[in-house]
Amino acid sequence: MRRLGPLSYIFHTIFVIFILAPLAVVVLVSFTSKGYLSMPTDGLSLRWFKAIWDAPEFIEAFWFSVCLAFVSASAATLIAVPAALALARMTFHGRAAISSFLLSPMLIPHLVLGVAFLQFYSRLGMGGTSVGLTAAHIVVIMPYAVRLSLASITGLPRDAEQAALTLGASRFTVFRRITLPLILPGVAGGWLLAFISSFDELTMSVFVAAPATQTLPVKMYNHIVETIDPLSASVSTVTIVITFVVMLLLDRLYGIDKIFIGKS
Amino acid sequence: MKRINATPYLLTAPGVLFFSALLGAPMVMTLLLSLHSYDYTLGIQDDWTLANYLDVFTDSYFYVIFGRTLGLSLLVTVLCILIGAPEAYILSRMRNPWRSIFLLVVLGPLLVSVVVRTLGWAILFGGNGLLAKTTAALGLGEVSLMYTMTGMTVALVHVLVPFMVIPVWASLQKMDPQSEDAALTLGASPFTVIRRITLPQITPGILSGSIICFALTAAAFATPSIIGGRRMKVVATMIYDEYKNTLNWPMGATLAALLLFANIVIITSANRLVERRFAKVFE
Amino acid sequence: MTFLRLEDLTKRFGEFTAVENVDLSIERGEFVSLLGPSGCGKTTTLQMIAGLQEPTAGRIVLGGTDITRLPPNKRGLGIVFQSYALFPHMDATGNVAFGLEMKGIGRSERQERARAALKLVKLDHLADRFPKEMSGGQRQRVALARALVIEPPVLLLDEPLSNLDAKLREEMRIELRLLQQEIGVTTILVTHDQEEALSMSDRVVVMEDGRIAQIAAPLELYERPRDLFVSDFVGKTNLLEARVLSAGERGSVVGIEGHQIDLPGTDLGKLDKVTLSLRPEKLVMSDAADGVEAKVLAAIFLGANWLYRVQTPIGELFVTQPNSGRPGFSNGDKTWLSWPDGAVNIFSAEGRFDETH
Repeated sequence: MRRLGPLSYIFHTIFVIFILAPLAVVVLVSFTSKGYLSMPTDGLSLRWFKAIWDAPEFIEAFWFSVCLAFVSASAATLIAVPAALALARMTFHGRAAISSFLLSPMLIPHLVLGVAFLQFYSRLGMGGTSVGLTAAHIVVIMPYAVRLSLASITGLPRDAEQAALTLGASRFTVFRRITLPLILPGVAGGWLLAFISSFDELTMSVFVAAPATQTLPVKMYNHIVETIDPLSASVSTVTIVITFVVMLLLDRLYGIDKIFIGKS
Repeated sequence: MKRINATPYLLTAPGVLFFSALLGAPMVMTLLLSLHSYDYTLGIQDDWTLANYLDVFTDSYFYVIFGRTLGLSLLVTVLCILIGAPEAYILSRMRNPWRSIFLLVVLGPLLVSVVVRTLGWAILFGGNGLLAKTTAALGLGEVSLMYTMTGMTVALVHVLVPFMVIPVWASLQKMDPQSEDAALTLGASPFTVIRRITLPQITPGILSGSIICFALTAAAFATPSIIGGRRMKVVATMIYDEYKNTLNWPMGATLAALLLFANIVIITSANRLVERRFAKVFE
Repeated sequence: MTFLRLEDLTKRFGEFTAVENVDLSIERGEFVSLLGPSGCGKTTTLQMIAGLQEPTAGRIVLGGTDITRLPPNKRGLGIVFQSYALFPHMDATGNVAFGLEMKGIGRSERQERARAALKLVKLDHLADRFPKEMSGGQRQRVALARALVIEPPVLLLDEPLSNLDAKLREEMRIELRLLQQEIGVTTILVTHDQEEALSMSDRVVVMEDGRIAQIAAPLELYERPRDLFVSDFVGKTNLLEARVLSAGERGSVVGIEGHQIDLPGTDLGKLDKVTLSLRPEKLVMSDAADGVEAKVLAAIFLGANWLYRVQTPIGELFVTQPNSGRPGFSNGDKTWLSWPDGAVNIFSAEGRFDETH
């Protein structure tokens, strides 16, 4: 394989700086000791991280987001896996239509989904409820769960299952003992991607959430729109660190290229 | 007689029923809402009218914002191609462990909330941000990119460029690296190899990345809202204002319907084009 | 006269030495195979000739010119890659014409010569097909036409037949060899398939661990392998460890598993231990009491031949006998096994006995 020229390395360095710069700036600014946005020129201060403790609404929003993402990712996975099994393994009338229906939220901008849910829930009198928010999140993240389950089921050779059948296992036993363990990594990957998508979702949630049911991104957005202060930076830094840890875990478990790009 | 097997329908039923109630119903209601008129004192009317659509198509205020959104989407897409495709190529040429590390660096930000990433640019672009200080030190005065097209473009390229790297990377993985060697031994210069051999083979990846970048820019909300603010409105922030500030929901629904329509038309026709153009050559 | 010379060619990847001090001279029009197991350095050697790998040390001289540091796009060599490496976005004609286009040849001449090259590989009727629309064998022919059309001084073939099925592979061997002789292009073939190397080449270069083990014409390589590695790698053989019991000018006697074997006309001198190599097809099975007793353990019918596994006092041996049209031996049959005097190759620790002593 041919080697890269010096121009490539210059380009790559600039690209990496471009990608990391805004994140680095957020982290740096959060360590300031001043009461306003500035670089921590006179030593690092944890003042604005302490401020997160003093303003519990961010911590509440964080836990609300975690619970919301956990419940909606789990529900989406429970719905997606049986559907993916049928879509990948069986031929039936309307298969293509059902498949595109379950993947359709990817074609619809989150903003449009947001206004649709806003009107729908206010008509039903359940505007701003956590139940409504959870249902909306399930819709948005369903395509990820379906797609990764589909990928792991389609990639599964059938001969192991056929071997189990010839060895006398019932269809249900085959699913429980052979199919499920084999597709579990893919399903778990789909769950994780769904969890992260739900946790990061802003555009739709901004319309659906009420002050009592603010997710962390919504809380941060509302805060930033009003004022960009070091507190928004310190909260962001905490989420960057958490994301970084999750990302390393994901990379160890699956390989990050597999999650984003699929099997190579 | 062939018996219809109920199993696949039972397995997909939870998803289909859930989506019918929670995706179908809200979407239909929004489309219906766009056909009502709105009165600033009386609220939403019970009539059926195309007045909202007529308003959008006749008022130059909407033209400017739709035009700006289109221009922004095209600009961001082109920049994502120019930056993302070469980077994907460079990444694919790296040796491990550097390749894995930088793939993590490039794709990792996708997992960080858009709000956080945009905040970083807002701090850089803001009144006493790094950019203003740098330009002041260079004697150019304090340049602020907040509430400008340039600022929105830079931040959106940052947010969306991983979506270009991913499909280009995928098509590079599918490519036989020996085809570059073959061209080289047939007398092609390294530049000719990239232009005649590599580029045509990653074109499908670039096109599908472009579709994603274009669609996501056209519907982006957080970044235009924080960087562009009220002064640089795009379709998404305009819809937000109709719903949350002026409370003219029928007009908001109309704009949302148009955004959805444009989105679907562009994505499906671009997909169709890609499929038809490349079916013969690639699988 | 030497046309292509490799002088002391060496390639190291960090600590690992892939190719070490390879010396090779190839005549104009010659067909030479680099044969060896995977990881023996044969592909690395080919890539250095092509210019796709830079040698750590040594020189490559083509027609009197040193091309060691010349970039691959200036060498003008034709290469057929193992994966064929066709350009998927160009049709057969486009693929073949690419090299001509790089030479700056005009459009009409390009088309004409590409078509002629496709005709040469009997593919002119598929000139407009894309690689995806062709079978493996057809793609292979396009790759060959693409490499030949630029009239390269040397044609390099990197395992070109390994992706074809068995029957097609045998046909292509003959076709490729005839084509090479017709054009007279100097050709280097890299392969791990000894049958391929023996059947197509003027000379075979056997490589082991980055070094050349033997260079010889196919028949000599097969009949007089220089060491145990070559003897075992090229063709099938029975290797027998023997202890020298007595040695003299008229002949020697060796013991294998307590059984004595005469080696008339061979003086093993002061050697203590030797290894005998007996090709399965050189052994003769007959009912006449001659040689060693043998009991058939397994009989496998291969069509043209029978392959037997037999139990003898000197160990278990493989024997091949031509199919004469009548039933062969069956499991458990008792028979006798003998071999002509010159059929035994004798190796000591230093290598082939009659060359090292």
